[in-house]
Amino acid sequence: MLSFILRRVSIAIPTLLVLLIISFWLMQTAPGGPFNSERPLPPQVLANIEAKYGLDQPMWKQMVDYLKGIITQFDFGPSYKYKDRSVNDIIAQGFPVTLHYGLISFMLAIVIGGALGIAAAIRQNSWLDYFAVGITIGAQVLPNFVMAPILILVFTLWLGWLPGGGWNGGQWDHVIMPVIALSTSYMASIARLTRSSMLEVLRSNFIRTARAKGLPDRVIIWRHALKPTILPVVSYLGPAFVGMVTGSFIIDSIFSTGGVGYFYVNAAFNRDYAVMMGLTFLLGSMTILFNMVVDILYAWIDPKIRL
Amino acid sequence: MSNGMAILNPQQPRTAAMAERMAEVKGRSLWADARARFLRNKAAMVSVGVLGAVFIFAFFGHLVTPYDNETIDWNVLGKVKELGKPSLANGHYFGYDDSGRDLFARVVQGTQVSLMVGVIGAAIAVIVGTIYGAVAGYIGGRVDSIMMRFVDIAMSVPYMFVLILLLVVFGRSIEMIFVGIGLTAWLDMSRIVRGQTLSIKNKEFIEAAVATGVPSFTIIRRHVVPNLLGVVVVYATLLVPQMILTESFISFLGLGVQEPLTSWGALISEGTSTMNYGTLWQLFFPLAFFVVTIFAFFFIGDGLRDALDPKDR
Repeated sequence: MLSFILRRVSIAIPTLLVLLIISFWLMQTAPGGPFNSERPLPPQVLANIEAKYGLDQPMWKQMVDYLKGIITQFDFGPSYKYKDRSVNDIIAQGFPVTLHYGLISFMLAIVIGGALGIAAAIRQNSWLDYFAVGITIGAQVLPNFVMAPILILVFTLWLGWLPGGGWNGGQWDHVIMPVIALSTSYMASIARLTRSSMLEVLRSNFIRTARAKGLPDRVIIWRHALKPTILPVVSYLGPAFVGMVTGSFIIDSIFSTGGVGYFYVNAAFNRDYAVMMGLTFLLGSMTILFNMVVDILYAWIDPKIRL
Repeated sequence: MSNGMAILNPQQPRTAAMAERMAEVKGRSLWADARARFLRNKAAMVSVGVLGAVFIFAFFGHLVTPYDNETIDWNVLGKVKELGKPSLANGHYFGYDDSGRDLFARVVQGTQVSLMVGVIGAAIAVIVGTIYGAVAGYIGGRVDSIMMRFVDIAMSVPYMFVLILLLVVFGRSIEMIFVGIGLTAWLDMSRIVRGQTLSIKNKEFIEAAVATGVPSFTIIRRHVVPNLLGVVVVYATLLVPQMILTESFISFLGLGVQEPLTSWGALISEGTSTMNYGTLWQLFFPLAFFVVTIFAFFFIGDGLRDALDPKDR
């Protein structure tokens, strides 16, 4: 187990470095420096500003300083566009929002998707099964940027039940639609995975043995079938998490919820490279670390993987 | 003697028929078998028809409408809700978009761009991924582990961020989308192909080729890749909607294809931002094309998988 963890960490660290180097390199090669405006600054002023932000240093030195700032002080650097605002401020403002609806979506996708999948597998070929399969097929082709407009259309414009956007401190009526839009397609994928995995498990020999010795269905499912069933689902959690994070780009721009996605897309439009870089590194390293944790968790549940 | 002939003669047609039947049974190759299974799959067959219709729409749609996708009708601009409704009478089958352009022509153009991104993106991914995976799997050993370690690392880099960074740094254009998607889409493919190659590598016919002195790359090209075709085809059909989804995601955010070009994602985004004004057709038509096409690709992919890989069921 320890060697598996070490091996997994030995992939995660170069990945983080690759991400850092790619984003740094892209930022450096970007046409036009961050302080090139339509009215050119006097060279002396430009040199001063660049010295202030450390841009006159060689690239590797900048990269090392940047990394040092993150590790020692959790400092993701300044924004080049808004002088009174650092990337840390943006994270502090947007991250709680994203985390709020992201976590609810994540839990919802797992719980409802898993329950639907298990129920469909137990009652295979019943109306419940067909219903679940129908939903999972439908929801797979309804990504968040399709779900969100439809939800607004129905619940805001036609029925007038829910507000079409805003966050309002995370009141429940502002959270519902972002959560549904974000979680539906992942819920569907989890339901499909759980269903097929459960069907396979229910056909295996040890379940037949359990049936043969007369265990009630409830015990068979909860004690014996559940653990092997959730294995493929666990390995899907990594991609699902990534989807939730990138999905926030869409959610924030449709529902104006003001999470990190909003700032990221905004920075992309403003060419605010420092903010993009900071958010890329933060969100990117979170996904990389999360994937690592999921893999280790998977290996812990299923010893076969460790080989 | 003649008696014996009389006994034998009636037998002859039956033997011939039997031989014919045997030939028939023998003649069903793996591919013929797969084709028969695929043709029996109703959802997949309907999807093939639907997809064909979408492609015809993309290629010939502009011939049906007298309007192009750039002319702005100034009479309608600003009054799209009242005057811009879809109508068969004036030839604006899908109505106007928010800038007073013909939506039908816009959707035709968006369909072309989205399908192009999907098909070309998937093709790049398939070619690069197949070659990379087949080489890694066939050579094996240290080369394989280095090549696959590289894939592992590249795969865990969250590619959506890199794609957006690329688009921001090098300008938002359709070429950049191809580059960005192409950089990452082949990774999955190479893993799948490598796994298959490993299992093919130890078969006798490869051993025979090695024994007769065929060079490695010829073996990969002539013997390994053709045997991977089933997996590759299935994965490629599932990759196309993936590409379309990615491009639509990026274009929805406004970071993808730029005016005057458009795509489904950009059109859906426009429809979303204007649905408050009650011009719902601007959302409905691109959305319908998007959903129907993605559906069709998934069903065809599923059908192909069932047909080509029966043990997976």
